[in-house]
Amino acid sequence: MSEPLLQAVNLQCERDKRMLFRELSFSILPGTVTRVEGPNGSGKTTLLRILAGLNDAWTGELKWCGTPVASQREAFLRNMLYLGHRPGIKPLLTPTENLRALMAGRRPVADAALSQALQGTGLTGYENVPCRNLSAGQQRRVALARLLVADEPLWLLDEVFTAIDADGVKALEALLQQRAAEGGAVLVTTHHDLALPGMHRLTLGAGGAP
Amino acid sequence: MNAEVRPAVRLASSSVGVLAAMKGVFARDMRVAFRQRQDLLNPLLFFVMVVTLFPLGVSPEVSFLSEAGAGILWVAALLSVLLSLDHLFRHDFDDGTLEQLVLQPQPLFLLILAKTIAHWMLTGLPLVILTPVLGVMVHLDGNSIAILCLTLLIGTPVLSLIGAIGAALTLGLRSAGVLLSLLIIPLYIPVLIFGTGTVAAAAEGASVGAYLALMGAFLMLALTLAPFAAAAALKISLSNA
Repeated sequence: MSEPLLQAVNLQCERDKRMLFRELSFSILPGTVTRVEGPNGSGKTTLLRILAGLNDAWTGELKWCGTPVASQREAFLRNMLYLGHRPGIKPLLTPTENLRALMAGRRPVADAALSQALQGTGLTGYENVPCRNLSAGQQRRVALARLLVADEPLWLLDEVFTAIDADGVKALEALLQQRAAEGGAVLVTTHHDLALPGMHRLTLGAGGAP
Repeated sequence: MNAEVRPAVRLASSSVGVLAAMKGVFARDMRVAFRQRQDLLNPLLFFVMVVTLFPLGVSPEVSFLSEAGAGILWVAALLSVLLSLDHLFRHDFDDGTLEQLVLQPQPLFLLILAKTIAHWMLTGLPLVILTPVLGVMVHLDGNSIAILCLTLLIGTPVLSLIGAIGAALTLGLRSAGVLLSLLIIPLYIPVLIFGTGTVAAAAEGASVGAYLALMGAFLMLALTLAPFAAAAALKISLSNA
């Protein structure tokens, strides 16, 4: 087994005086897909936001490659990709402009790679249409196009299967699996019936300890 | 979704330079703003309306206007900036681009500085450009107009920078407008006093060097401290979202 990318030790989070989870410990190894499971309100999104560093209301320890995340925040952020409920797409900008803006602070990406990624998500012909004229599923696909140019080893994907059609779901499942085969680590929450071979599961309880 | 273009998995240690990242943030904000031009006009229109209504509502006398004109323009500019502040982070918060901004492997305060500069160029700078026209309308003399423009040029970035703190703090709230004003206006008062004071001193023929130096100090203080405060406030607001 290789060294875990991300390690959580004794995570505890309370929201609105309700214990979402406590004594939650797990490791994310390279080359794995982990599905975070649990009923609505069990804290799946909260857990992913905590891991991404967007939520500060928790106790415990988070380690990136063996060292606390807090001490190497920029290195961690550079190697982590988070896709949230909100797709991070500006309705007034075109898919190409959106993608370019999202990559701007991370690393230089050639325009050819961007348009290839958009083609890969089935947005051929929509590259220069403002995103507000696209359907919800297409907007989602713009956000997903980022996965095709992503080089981050750790992906945190929150409800990525929302609003995607059957073909898109299949392609995305294949992408996640391929990503794991390449050595990336994927943490995903979904209500879609996702069952990949060798998939890990992380189950959160309904308001109690897992 | 084929994945031919994807590079292989490895731990990356370097990202793009911070200037390139700031440029990216700035360019996107400008592009979004110019796709929605009517929103750009709102603060300008408000500015023009307030200044136009004063002569009608109070007195069109030249003596009154030339004395109160600088103050009217400054207050109108201040309120106009205040009105535009809620948009600074709100849309980005709603569509999720703010989360992605915070997650960029860059110092957040510099990205926020880039956003604030874009905000100023879209609200404060047009006000400064429009000021000579409105200055003539309220019978200010040439020298006063020049000084007024200069104080607004130094003062409006301070308004945007301080406003960014308030906008970031009130982001998670549903009705942030009133609270934002209550938080921010006390911090705007020194800028207003010295802004109008400079013009008054110039009208009396006194030297304005000291006033301008003080306003420059305000700007430097805001430039260096406000982005840090706004970044911290933004993290708190996102954490509670």
